[in-house]
Amino acid sequence: MEQSTRAIPPRPESVYYFGTCLVDLFYPEAGMAGIDLLKAQGIRVVFPQGQSCCGQPAYNSGYRDEALKVARAQLDFFPGDWPIVVPSGSCAGMMHKHWPDLFKGEPDEARARQVAARVWELTQFLVHVLNVTFEDQGEPVRITWHASCHAQREMGVVDEPKALLRQLANVELVELQREKECCGFGGTFAVRHPEISAAMVGDKVADIEGTGAKSVVSGDCGCLMNINGALDAGQKPVRGVHIAQFLKERTNG
Amino acid sequence: MVESSVNFAKASSAALKDPQLRANFRRAMDGLMSKRAVQFADTAEWNGVRTLAASVRMRALSKLPELLEQLEANCTKNGIQVHWASTTDEANAIVLSIMQRVNAKLVVKGKSMVTEEMHLNAFLEQHGIESLESDLGEYIVQLDEAMPSHIIMPAIHMNTKQIAHLFKQKIKEAEYTEDVAQLTDLARRVLRRKFATADVGMSGVNAAVAQTGTLCLIENEGNGRMCTTVPPVHIAVMGLEKVVEKLEDVPPIISLLPRSATGQPITTYVNMITSPRKPGEKDGPREIHLVILDNGRSNVYADAELRDTLRCIRCGACMNHCPVYTKVGGHAYEAPYPGPIGKILVPQMEGLAKRGEMPHACTMCNACVEICPVKIPIVEIMGRLRAEAVHPGNAVKDAGARGSKAEAMVWKGWSTTYASPTAYRFATALLAKLGNAAPSSLPLLKEWTNVRSKPRFAARTLHDLAREKGIPDV
Repeated sequence: MEQSTRAIPPRPESVYYFGTCLVDLFYPEAGMAGIDLLKAQGIRVVFPQGQSCCGQPAYNSGYRDEALKVARAQLDFFPGDWPIVVPSGSCAGMMHKHWPDLFKGEPDEARARQVAARVWELTQFLVHVLNVTFEDQGEPVRITWHASCHAQREMGVVDEPKALLRQLANVELVELQREKECCGFGGTFAVRHPEISAAMVGDKVADIEGTGAKSVVSGDCGCLMNINGALDAGQKPVRGVHIAQFLKERTNG
Repeated sequence: MVESSVNFAKASSAALKDPQLRANFRRAMDGLMSKRAVQFADTAEWNGVRTLAASVRMRALSKLPELLEQLEANCTKNGIQVHWASTTDEANAIVLSIMQRVNAKLVVKGKSMVTEEMHLNAFLEQHGIESLESDLGEYIVQLDEAMPSHIIMPAIHMNTKQIAHLFKQKIKEAEYTEDVAQLTDLARRVLRRKFATADVGMSGVNAAVAQTGTLCLIENEGNGRMCTTVPPVHIAVMGLEKVVEKLEDVPPIISLLPRSATGQPITTYVNMITSPRKPGEKDGPREIHLVILDNGRSNVYADAELRDTLRCIRCGACMNHCPVYTKVGGHAYEAPYPGPIGKILVPQMEGLAKRGEMPHACTMCNACVEICPVKIPIVEIMGRLRAEAVHPGNAVKDAGARGSKAEAMVWKGWSTTYASPTAYRFATALLAKLGNAAPSSLPLLKEWTNVRSKPRFAARTLHDLAREKGIPDV
């Protein structure tokens, strides 16, 4: 998939925030950190309370009608023409790239396309639309970066998160040997093929350990749930952290 | 449907427990990925040639019936005899009848995945004909009485030591050595004798040119050229999608295929076969036959979205880059085509009752899509097949065979809850309160916690936090 070449809109006064269902239930702190990062840039952040999920779990399981029903329910909550910022490359990819296909031929296709076109992955938005600069307030630390498959290959977000991390003076970013290789989460894949998923996350954990990093930073909570689950079960000292939370902690404590 | 389904989970489980196998694949695939990356370091060149190759394949598919008729007419004009087979049984019968007519006892084969699809070696053996693989990797796999584990590198699952032992055990004149040059030389000596005495040579086809009636075959070992020139009869087999319109369509394919597959700039041999031996010529086969196999391909062709599956030029790069394939290897798929392309092609050929799990053996990471030299939307087709597997329909064989009422109910319940803000709020509040009490022995959680700790529901959802912090709702 080619790098994203989408047009960069002017800096908006307000943005919508789509938190994602996984963040909602398991990583609300990461979700709030994303909101706080945007607010710190002087942006008004709107969190529509009616939102739930992009529909990806059903879509990837072959239940497209069910995915459509849930995706359609989201459309009402983003009526303004502001950008929609998502702290997940995977959910952003579902909305930005797959919604146009999902709604193809439906009466609300045009509306869905209009919403999909406004979707941005968080770091993509911070870098390209807000041109953020961060000042590091933290102690020296070594970290590594795990790239989410859908952020890279559906949203074209490859260098943006690393560029943000490299702005932090006291943070040493050591890249993984196989940064782009899937961690083995894959939604229902992790439970449909648990042994293969285990082998995949095993390779990922070994790669992370090889960097000597204290934390592995990532932009997708699906990957983090998988990687952290394996790190914890393996009693490894390293932990995964969402990039929003990491940036927030480093910049204003 | 009486055919039992193929159990990928079970086969892959065995592969994962073999540390030697895992190490062999990890090392080999890491090497192949980095060699390919060197070939395509120039992104602009990659984008250009890839777009060209994809358009060649798309154009060919857009007029497939017409091009196949043209191919048949031009091959026939050139003296190549064309045969059509709608099933693998028909293809085997055609090959057998040619061999029986010339009283063949020995056939030497160049690499051909279509003959793997046909299980041709076993079929010929049943009819008393020795069928010998002459590609080194295929030869090794045949000696080992195994299946290829990769479409380009059939013996990639084995290391030198394993091959050394196999040769010592199976080849009479072999002395034990782990020296690759000596092992290769030994295989060459055995094969040379066979080339000289074979009654028939067989090969696959990388591209068949409709306008000229030319069969293009690329290979590294020269065995393909031997198979197609030394024996008096040459039989080529191809899937019906392999046709291209004109000669100019061939270079982008033979440029991209080896670079994608093994990171080589070009293959050692490029064979362009246009006719049998003509009067006055001193070499070449006296007869050439082309067997064109359907085996479900026309059904794939009939669906505008699924049709993209047929763009494939069989480079195998999707396997090299697949994080699932690189963990379990090719044998776990128990199919002629493993890895990403296999996961979309084989279920369409063999049906979703038997192969419905294959499209799920994928995290949808898109690594294959990123490197596919003809831009096949593999993951989109994978998603489509997942949907076909659980919904009755007529696009794919055995559509709906994997549907279960229980699963359908789960998704229906999920969509009802997630499409209603009130129901969603109620459900998430309940999960935040009680979710962590769920025992790890529950289905799904059990599989998850096999190697991972249980994920913990947060006490308050992001919805709660946003409300508490006064984040505006509209």
